[in-house]
Amino acid sequence: MEKRSETPLWLMVLSPLIAVGLTVLAAIIMFTLLGKDPARALYVYFINPISDSWGLQEVAVKATPLVLIALGLAVCYRANVWNIGAEGQFLLGAMAGGWLAVITHGSTQGPWLLPAMMMLGALAGACWALIPGVLRTRFGANEILTSLMLVYVAEYLLDYLVRGPWRDPGGFNMPQTVVFEPEAILPLLMDGGRLNIGTPIMLVMVVAFAILMGRTLKGFQIRLVGEAPRAARFAGFSEKGLVLTVFAISGALAGLAGMLEAAGTVKQLQPGISPGYGFTAIIVAFLGRLNPVGCLIAGIFIAITFIGGENAQIMLRLPLDATRVLQGLLLFFVLACDSLLLYRFRLVREQRA
Amino acid sequence: MTLLEAIILTVITASTPLLIAAIGELVVERSGVLNLGVEGMMIIGAAAGIAAAITTGNSWFGVLIAILAGMALSLVFAALVLGLAANQVAAGLALAILGLGLSGVIGAPFVGVQREGIGKIEIPYLSDIPFIGEILFHQDPFVYASVALTAGVWWFLTRTRAGLVLRACGENHAAAHALGYRVLRIRLLAILFGGGCAGLAGAYLSLVYTPFWTSGMTSGRGWIALAIVVFASWLPWRAAVGAYLFGGLTILQLHAQSAGVPLPSQVMAALPYLLTIIVLVVIMRARRGGAAGPACLGTPFVPDR
Repeated sequence: MEKRSETPLWLMVLSPLIAVGLTVLAAIIMFTLLGKDPARALYVYFINPISDSWGLQEVAVKATPLVLIALGLAVCYRANVWNIGAEGQFLLGAMAGGWLAVITHGSTQGPWLLPAMMMLGALAGACWALIPGVLRTRFGANEILTSLMLVYVAEYLLDYLVRGPWRDPGGFNMPQTVVFEPEAILPLLMDGGRLNIGTPIMLVMVVAFAILMGRTLKGFQIRLVGEAPRAARFAGFSEKGLVLTVFAISGALAGLAGMLEAAGTVKQLQPGISPGYGFTAIIVAFLGRLNPVGCLIAGIFIAITFIGGENAQIMLRLPLDATRVLQGLLLFFVLACDSLLLYRFRLVREQRA
Repeated sequence: MTLLEAIILTVITASTPLLIAAIGELVVERSGVLNLGVEGMMIIGAAAGIAAAITTGNSWFGVLIAILAGMALSLVFAALVLGLAANQVAAGLALAILGLGLSGVIGAPFVGVQREGIGKIEIPYLSDIPFIGEILFHQDPFVYASVALTAGVWWFLTRTRAGLVLRACGENHAAAHALGYRVLRIRLLAILFGGGCAGLAGAYLSLVYTPFWTSGMTSGRGWIALAIVVFASWLPWRAAVGAYLFGGLTILQLHAQSAGVPLPSQVMAALPYLLTIIVLVVIMRARRGGAAGPACLGTPFVPDR
């Protein structure tokens, strides 16, 4: 195994594809072990979700939060900052946006409501993400652990709010808030579907981040701090400032995603608002090679497996966790294939060191 | 049995899985590898352990399978970070996600199956001593195992040549390599040990602590074990202190809840996680400029030929 001096472009494109191929292979083995017909299971997983317009819309709806969160995480990971608490930042965004919708419930509001909710959601997500950021820059506390612990705290906070102060009085004691007023719900893009304006917002963000990372000084600083911290220090870039910046960026995106999910798809607040988007987005970020456009493609792919997994649960009685296994395996294969980019493998006879 | 006795006993049961998992991870990190997948290996141990115990009707067989399952998962991790020199943080996250998913698939047929947990050992005569006897000499075997494990790891790391070599790999892998030690092989063994410990900790949860399976039953304990290693400054005995501190706080929170402390239950439930954060901050403040972790922690090693 030896280091490559440069990475050929074809390998950079090929490596995620190899990873996907290996995952499909592993999926076939797993389906067989679980006693299902692998051909049918694969069809349900990967083809069925994109075979009609309803399915395609669902894929876009699921991909929206995944891509939004992954965009922010990719920025973090580029800078060697390990924010794994996006799930919590997502929930905080949903709560902050939902708060505005709940307190204005029952009165007519103008068109300012939705933008205000978005701002508030992004702001809350950013603040929640800044906690591990500040703890790392001020005290040197490990951001992996602190950001993850805050996920649990956020989950309990949401649980408290929807069971306590924000509970829908007419909701038969169910742990959920009122259903938002029409002004607080994202407009649909077309009739008879679930596709809302969240998806175009996500696409705009992808473009914005592609420009930010590839074409601006800030993007260069972020990449430099991650790849060559010493050089960044010599260049006079403030590492602490950048750590806080990337945390705020990723938190804001996760918070925005949470608010869009609450106001677009769920239309109220409830404990199970996120099926683990914050964690799955980590896989999306890596599968997308920490690149904004890559994240978009990866997000769509993972969204397909999400829907496929739900369908498989109904049609084939496959446990929903099987999807998580596949997603975990996918991340493994992606990381393994990344080594192919950095190193060249040659067969050498074992010799004593 | 007095109330104090009862509280101490529950603290011990809550702390033991944390201690076992933390000691395993401590050895891994001392060899220079950061395995963030403790949560995944722990829960796969819990699921595989109870599945094996229910199928065969033998709890001890379940424990064995749990250890093997933890090791198997850690082997996947080792292949990635040692064999392919992949990013350890990302690989650890992948392990956690994979473990949670796999455990759900394995545990699905066993949801809600109640079974008898592994009982306690009574040490004759000694356990008759009032108070101390009940606490020290009437425990389940895991508690004794966890103490033995801590002592053993302490002895291994500080008193044996092999322990010194393992620490050398963690502090400066290039130097250890130059001296002719097989860095990758030593790290592989450390990772396997860590996996086995995490699996054992998981088995404790599903076979003793709550003798049935619920999905996601580790509820962040693997991550807390990681925090304990940092808290302990990578020293085995301090890991024991840390584990008992966290265990104690968890139990305290339960008792405060039942005593009717006027706080929402969610606040109490979130306390252990908040405390983890606070403890991490305090310890990092106190250690300002002092000893940090092993110098090569988290950096991949590629032997050049």
